Order: sequence, then structure tokens, then C-alpha cells
Amino acid sequence: MSTVAIPVPEATVPVKGEGRPTPWWGMVCLIMTEATLFAGLIGSYFFYRAASKQWPPPGIEEPKLTLSIIMSFVLWGSSIPMIFAERGIKRGNQARLRIGLIGAWIMGAAFLGYSMKDFSELHFRWGQNAYSSIYYTTVGLHTFHVFVGLVMSGVVQIKAWLGKFSEERHVTVQVYAMYWHFVDVVWLFVMPTFILSPHIK
Amino acid sequence: MRRRLWFGLVVVLLLALVACSTKQSPAITDPKSTEAHTISGTWWLMCGLASAVYLVVGGLIVVALFRGRRKGGPTPFRIRDNTFIVVGGLIIPAAILLVLGAQVVHASNNLRQPEKNPLHIEVVGKRWWWAVSYPDQGITTANEVHIPVGRPIEIGLDSDNVIHSFWVPQLGGKVDLIPGQHNIWRLKATKSGTFRGECAEFCGLQHARMNFLVVAQPAATFDQWLVRHQLPPSGPDNQLAATGQMIFMREPCSGCHTIRGTTADGTIGPDLTDVGSRLALGANTIPNTDGYLSGWIVDSQSIKPGNLMPPIPMSSSDLQAVVAYLRSLK
Amino acid sequence: MAVTDVPSQQTHGKIHPEELEEIWADAPGTPGFFSTIDHKRIGMRYIYTAFFFFFTSGLLALVMRDQLASPNNHVVGPEVYNQLMTMHGTTMIFLFNTPVLAGFGNYILPLQLGTRDMAFPRLNAFSYWIFVLSGIFFYASFLTGKAPDGGWFGYTPLTDKAFSPGINLDFWGLAIVFVGISTTVGAVNFIVTAFKMRAPGMTINRMPIFVWAILSMAFMVLFAVPAVTLAAALLELDRLFGTAFFIPHLGGNVLLYQHLFWFWGHPEVYILFVPATGMVSMIIPVMSRRPLAGYLWVATALIAIAFISFGVWVHHMFATGMPVQAMSFFAAVSLIVVLPSGVQFFAWIGTMWQGRVRFTTPMLFAIGFLLIFLLGGITGATLATMPFDWQVTDSYYVVAHFHYVLNGAVVFPIFGAIYYWYPKMSGRKLSERWGHISFWTMFIGFNMAFFGMHLLGFLGMPRRISTYPSGLGWDGLNMISTIGSFVFAVGTGITLVNWFHARWWGKEAGPDPWEADSLEWATTSPPPEFNFASIPVVASRHPLWDQRPLPTANPNGDEATKSLGPEGAEHHQTPETTGLDARPTATLDLPHPTYLPFLVACGIAVFFVGLLIQAVLVGIIGVAAFVVALTWWAWRTEVDLA
Repeated sequence: MSTVAIPVPEATVPVKGEGRPTPWWGMVCLIMTEATLFAGLIGSYFFYRAASKQWPPPGIEEPKLTLSIIMSFVLWGSSIPMIFAERGIKRGNQARLRIGLIGAWIMGAAFLGYSMKDFSELHFRWGQNAYSSIYYTTVGLHTFHVFVGLVMSGVVQIKAWLGKFSEERHVTVQVYAMYWHFVDVVWLFVMPTFILSPHIK
Repeated sequence: MRRRLWFGLVVVLLLALVACSTKQSPAITDPKSTEAHTISGTWWLMCGLASAVYLVVGGLIVVALFRGRRKGGPTPFRIRDNTFIVVGGLIIPAAILLVLGAQVVHASNNLRQPEKNPLHIEVVGKRWWWAVSYPDQGITTANEVHIPVGRPIEIGLDSDNVIHSFWVPQLGGKVDLIPGQHNIWRLKATKSGTFRGECAEFCGLQHARMNFLVVAQPAATFDQWLVRHQLPPSGPDNQLAATGQMIFMREPCSGCHTIRGTTADGTIGPDLTDVGSRLALGANTIPNTDGYLSGWIVDSQSIKPGNLMPPIPMSSSDLQAVVAYLRSLK
Repeated sequence: MAVTDVPSQQTHGKIHPEELEEIWADAPGTPGFFSTIDHKRIGMRYIYTAFFFFFTSGLLALVMRDQLASPNNHVVGPEVYNQLMTMHGTTMIFLFNTPVLAGFGNYILPLQLGTRDMAFPRLNAFSYWIFVLSGIFFYASFLTGKAPDGGWFGYTPLTDKAFSPGINLDFWGLAIVFVGISTTVGAVNFIVTAFKMRAPGMTINRMPIFVWAILSMAFMVLFAVPAVTLAAALLELDRLFGTAFFIPHLGGNVLLYQHLFWFWGHPEVYILFVPATGMVSMIIPVMSRRPLAGYLWVATALIAIAFISFGVWVHHMFATGMPVQAMSFFAAVSLIVVLPSGVQFFAWIGTMWQGRVRFTTPMLFAIGFLLIFLLGGITGATLATMPFDWQVTDSYYVVAHFHYVLNGAVVFPIFGAIYYWYPKMSGRKLSERWGHISFWTMFIGFNMAFFGMHLLGFLGMPRRISTYPSGLGWDGLNMISTIGSFVFAVGTGITLVNWFHARWWGKEAGPDPWEADSLEWATTSPPPEFNFASIPVVASRHPLWDQRPLPTANPNGDEATKSLGPEGAEHHQTPETTGLDARPTATLDLPHPTYLPFLVACGIAVFFVGLLIQAVLVGIIGVAAFVVALTWWAWRTEVDLA
């Protein structure tokens, strides 16, 4: 191997660009693929519905509406404190971050509690027919996402209380907030499909 | 260039091989129905287009490879890169595809259309054989579909287990037998003959031995067949067969098989009402002879492992009687 | 190598290259093995592991060909044959083709982009570990003697508990979900790397075509893999937890499974094929000594394929008895998907037309690819014509067609890529002479093995049969095919030997043995752990042709550009640039070696084993290990990145 250095021109790189951090891009990709998964499940639901004479199938009542709608708004509403928290830390406001995160967590937890209760009161088993299987799987998968979001929030909140985030370093909060909004948006599709649509004949 | 000649030679040889073997093969290029005719016509059209495309594009590749190696490097090319790509890769293929597309529309519009006064046949895919019935005539048989030439036929296809696919290459394309879905295949045979049919969807252990025969007959012969099979078989005409019938009804046989006009009414195995007249046994696995039949009864598992029929141990005289009885059912 | 003649490794005395190597080195021995997150080591591992599966699965195919060599053969019974068939197909798709392309992408992409590692190096290691653990999981089925036997497509209801009560299909269904994690994570990594890690000046219309191809592949993965994950997961829910998704008498629908499976299955063909064309688009211009003709057309074609591939899946289901009008739409789209490939084809011909072709081994494989794919593509178009498809679907015609595409048009470029890039990976060239011999053996064997299968399809031979009777005119063609498959196997074996021979005794390659244009040839062979001491600055689509000597970056001293120079390598950093025009925006701290990806992957593996053997405790242990390791990972992010 030669040890003689040939002269190399050095190029200056003058222009500075603006862009999102790599974890943000990573989360966008993850959300795209997860959204496809839910789209597949919702598509499957309508596939079953199109192929069956009666929907929901005989012996299964339509989902109850009132409480479900109220709790859905609690979940969707939890995005507001999340935005509050994220905007806060972007300005270096630690208090807003902590309050926002805990607010979103409480609203999410309320929804999770309601979902668990709702599942325990369902009058059909998951293996009863295709309807019950797709119901348990899709709604269950979403509920699981809420649960995972709450656990993740725990980690983020501990970090927040330890003061690990600042005006400059808060990618974790940004990425976590995106995940949480995604969970809310998915419910915007799952809920009308599984709770509302059986009422539409 | 030598290599391409060599390649061409191989193709010609293989085509010659096909030409020789079509006589015995259930070949799609040997159409015996309207559908098979249309499809084979589509194929020869495509074959012509495809060969032309392959030769032209393959030729371009070979020329491109050697063009620049001549002395003095590549001669300048008057056509711009992008023009070359758009014309060769986009416009010409699009034109060819348009021809293909038109052919698809044309061919599929004329195929599988309902016609007046069809003959209804029901085929149910089993593991691994075919239950065949003529609901309007009350005939039930297995692994053999008799059809008249020239009359429209509607074959209803169902499955109560896994997915199978009904394929008679000389008569046309496949239609799947899907549990929970009733499919219909409409066809019209144009020539008489006995055609091999196959299960074309992987259905488990004995997928390879789930075959059948389609016997296309002139209308008059077919009508005779119908008349003969609408009646239950007349009783055994000799002592040996009569003993065989007794043994058949006594042994587990009658629990799984039906023979019309007798007490045997099982539905797990194929209907045996006309087993003596069938061309083959075990879903076209073995020929229908005394020897093969006795082998099948005693130990079908060694012939077609995994099929639902258990070995039936029998003394040789009993076996002889049962075989005589079954062979008499025509 | 103290100071080299490779510009990107010169540090201008600011820091000694050996000190850089020390900063970037993995721990020696076993700890380094399990903790490395270097994209080059991971890429090599991907390639070696995938090739292990290639040769294993190839042996399975040889046994099958042996069984089919003559009528009524008894080499293996139907039970074993069905297992071989399922393992062969599944392995080739999931454990060879997909990961080997990910391996090349992993190794080559950061080098071509002129960066020091992937965007998420730890995720990268994680995705490799998932791949290898799922492969072990899948092949463990052989040890139990109950390998999956439901076909690589696993159609229900054959694969439901009622018809396949054994553990066989659980290995399959769970492995599909398992390995899907790896593919998806890998795709995310590729997308972010391609968009955010390019050398300054490498605007999006200067990206090498291989990067475009990987990008197109990664986007298809993101939208396609969830469908197969869903299909396999719902199947496993039916099998393990008694749901009723695919059980007809409970309102389940077996066609839904097929829709989900092929919604992934057809894009998957392009997921495999598109990176292979990317390889060809790198090899042909370099070996023709001129730039690729119609760069923008090819890049557009790659993106177009990604879109169109999602509208063709129903052509796998033409025989299911759907309404003809509905199927016609998919037939039309299936014809249209030919066009982007036509564009690429004429770009390659145009490139060679005006170049001076060097008949090196990579080029031979590229030419072999052209001749084989031409036929595979044409037969693909014939399959889109619906009535003809009714006849030949599920016959040997289809077997011939997709081996021309997936073996000929994917494996040939991959072999070309080995000859092309192995000198970069190892610093040594493979023998050209044996490369030529290997190519000709493979090319002849391949056509012998698979051309006759078209004809077998015409003669009415259905797919997936374990044996056939004599007297149907199938005997001779099957014998030729079997002989061909053995010839093909010998050809691949020659490359294998060549490969290992070159590893120790090959000729020194030097940094740029092919006089190529892209940035991976701007560093030493093999590249140092940090790839580039100074990041090159790109001002052309072909930096090594147009910018000699290649300029390297001179940082401005601000936060965004400080990692461009050797100081960046010193601080274990790499620049982050904007998505379209590649202007530096920030400095990215690259993580240090860590065991966490391995531990997280192990947790997931234990969880899947728990599902397989239906042991709740094992499953819980797996999930616990996974959660702990992942939390630790999230927790350590700042530490690892510091």
C-alpha cells in the first residue's frame, strides 16, 4: 500500500439546511407500516361483512354506543395535553412537559380501563364466529397499543422528571408524541368501523 | 452468435419433444372443448408475439454487447438515449400489451357464459377423490365424469374440506373448489374421448394422486349411459358375487360406501354403485382390475398412504367373492 | 496503512488514522461478535447467513428433483416431499432472497452514500439477530421431524388445525410473523439512511440507482409485509387460540387469507426483484465504461413498480371463481406492470450499445440476467392474460416462470454482485477464470432445469405433486430438468469455492478494481470501521469519474458541518443531511457497540418459542426479557450516543 498522500482538494460546505431528525423519520416509517396493518384488519372486517347475510351475525348484539362514544372522545382529547407537553419542551418549559405528559397519561389510562371493562362484559367469545374473532383482534390490538403507549409514557415521564430533556434535546418526546397521536388516529378509524358501522344497515 | 444458435436448437428440440408427446399427454395445446380452443388460440398468438419480442430484444442485447468492441470503439449512435428507452421500453411494449389486452377481453367475454338447457353436474372435492353426481338424473358416481359432446354443461364445484382445483387440460382452465363457496364451470366439449383430469390446488398428502377422468361421448352414447345408470344395479348374477354382496354388507365396507338398491349407504368413501364399469380406482391411481381391486381392499394404505380407507383383512376366498361382487356392479 | 492514496482516508495530520480505528473498533472475540453494530460486519453476516440458507434450501430442491426425475419414484414419500417443497419455497423467499439483498444493502448503502454507518445502527443489528433467530426457529422444525408441509403459501383451510393438527404449520406461521419484524425494521432503516445520510452534494437525483432500488424495495416492504404478517398471525390465532377467521362453518372466509397473502405476495416479487435490478444497473454501466442511459427513467421506473405492484395481487387468484369484471381490472394492471421493466431493459441495452463492454464475471452474470429475465418477464405477461392463466396457473408453467424471475433474475444478479462487491468487502478479487466457469455452468444448468418446465405445464403437469405416473409424456422433460438442476448446483458450488479461496488467497483488489463511479470505491478495500475519515463532497452523479481526485469536506466549524471532517470520525459522529438536496443539517452521534439488540431479539425469540410449544411461562419470560432489554435500550439512548 502506498504511503504517499496525493493532494486532495477540500470542498467547503457552505449551506446549512433544515430538516427533521432521523428518529422522526423512523417513527413516520413505523407508523406507515402499522397503519397498513390496521387497514388490513379494517378491510378484513368489511370483507366478512360483505360476505355475510346478517351483520352482526345471529346471536350477537350491536355494540353499545353512549359510553363508548364518550370514552372515545377522552382518548382523542388526550392528544391535546400531549401537544401542550411537546410545545412546552420545545421552549424549554419543563413544567408544561411534565403536566402535559401526566394529563395525557391519565386520559389514556381512563380509556384503557374502560376498554378492559368493556371486553370483560362482552357477551360473545372470540372463537364464536368470524365477527367475534375480528372484533376481539382489532379492538384488542388497538387497546394493546394504548397500553404500550402508557408504558412508554412511563419511561418518558421518568426521564422528564429527571430533567433529561431540554430545549435542544427532546427527540424522545417528539417521537413518543407522534406515536400517541397515531394511536388516537387509528381509533378514529377503528371505532367507527367496529362500534358505529354495525348500527348502519 | 453461436450460443444463440445453440439455444435455438435446444428450443426446437424441446418443441419437437412436445410434439411427439402430446398424443399421450393431457396437453392444453390439444383442445377438445370450446374453452380450450379459445385459450390455445390465445396461447399461439402470445407465443408468436413472445418469440418475436425475445428474438428482437435478445438480438439487440447481443449486438449491444459486441458493438463497442470493434476497433475504434463504439460508433456514435444517432438515436438519443431517452428516445431509445421510451420507444423500445414504453411505446412498443404498450402497443403489444394493448393487443394482449384486447385478446383477454375478447376471449373472456365469450367464455364460461351461461347457455340454455345445460346438463347439471355436481362435483365435490374430497380427500383425495372426487364425488360426482347428476342431480337431475339422480346418478351418483366417483372420479369419473361422463359428458355428452356438443351440449352445454354446468359443473357445480364444492368442497367440504380443503381447497381443490378442478382441471382437465384438454377441456379448459381451472376452477377452484372452495369450502363455503359454490363455483360453476361451464363448458362445451367438441370432441369425444377420455381426458385426464387433475387436482391443481395443493390439498395435502395425496395431492399427487387426486386425479379423475372425463369421458366425453357422443350424445346418443351418453344418453344410453344415463339411462343405464339411473337404474340401481341388478342383483348379483352368480353365486360367488352373491356371497360377495353378503360379505360386503357384513364387513365395515357398507358403513362408508353407498351401493344404490342395497343397504350400503355410507357417505365417507366413494359411491360404488357403478364401480365395476369404472376405468380406474383410487382417484385414477390404479387400473380397475381384479388384482388391483383386491390389493386396494386388503391394504389401500400401501398404494395411497393416508387415504381414509383402513386395511380390511379378509380370507382369500372372501376377498375373491367381494371382488367378484364389486366387479359385477356396472 | 498509515497515510494512503485514498483521499477519503487522509486526515491531513489532524488525527492519526490508527487512532480512529481504535475509536471505532469492536471488542475482540465473542463480545465483539454479539455487540457489534457496524453495518459492514452486519451486512457480511446477512450475506453469509442467507447463503447458508440458499445452499441448504438448494439441497432440498435437489432431493425434490431427484424424486421427480422419473415416474413413480420412491426417493421420498409424499409426506417428506411436501415438507421439502414447503421448506424450499419458504426458505428461498424469506431466509435467502430477502435477507441477502438486505445484506448487500446494509454493506453497500452507507458506503455509496458516503456516510459512516446506517441511520439506526442498533436497529440494524437487531434486525439481523431477528433474521438469524427466526431462521433457526424455522429450521428447528427439521429436528422435530415435523417440518411445515402446507406449501410456502400456507393456504387455509388446509393449514387450519382441522386438517393440519401437528406442530408443523405452527413453525411456519410463527416464523413468518417472526422474520417479518426483521424485514420491516430493516426497511425503516434503509429509508431513513437513504434520505438523511447522504454525503453533502449528493442530491436525490445524484443517488446511485442501487440506492433508488433499495428505497423502492423498502417502501414496498412497509406496505406489503403487514399483510402477510396479518395472514400468518390470524392463521396462528385460529390454530393456537381457537378464533374463527378462516373456518368456513363459523363464518370465516378462506379467500380472505389469499387476499391478504397475495397483497404481500406480489409486491414481494418486486421486493426481491427491484434490488436485483439495482445491482444490474450498477454493474452494466461500470462494465460498459459509460454512465447508465436514462438515469431518470430508470429511477422513475423503480418507483412506478413500487406503486403498480400493489394493484396486481388478484392475478394469483384467477381460478377462485371471482366475477370476471373484477378480475379484468387486475389483469390490466398486471399487464401494465410490464412497462417499467421494459424501460429498465432498454436503459440497459442503451447503456451497452454506446459503451465498450468488458466481459468480466459480474458482467456475465448481468448478461445472463438479461437473457433469463427477458423470458421470465414475457411469461409473466402471458400469465396476466386471464383465460390463459386459467389453464397454466398451478401448473409447471408457473414453476418455470417464477424460477426464471426469482432464480434467474434475482440469483444471477446476486452472484454478479458477489463478484462485483466482494473485492470491496475483503480487499481481494475472486478468480475471474473460475467465475466464468461458474457462470457458464449455472447458465446452462439453469436453462436445462427450468426451460422444460414451461413445456411440462403445457403437457398438463400440475404443481406440487410428489410423484406422477408414466405414460403422460412427462418423463423425458423431468429427467432433463433434474440433470439441469444438478448442473446448476455444481455451478453455484464453484462460486462458493471461489469465494472462500479468494478470502485467503485472492489477488489484492485495491480500492477501485473496476474503475467504477460510485462512492463505495472511494475508500480502501476493505473499508475501515468508520468508512470515511473525511466525508466526500459530491458534485456529480458519478463522483469517481467526474471528480478526480475526489474532494473531501472542509467543515465550517458550525454544529451542522463539524462531523464532516476527520474530527467527526474522532467523535464517533456522522453528518445528517436534508432529504432532497443533501445539505448538512446536524451531527448525528453514532451509538457504540452494545448487546441490547441481541438481547431484545432473544426475548422475542423466547416469546415465539413459548407460543410454539404453548408454554405460558416461556412466553412470559420472553416478553419480560424483551421489555426489560427494550426499556434499558431506550434508557441508554443518551449514554450510547454520548
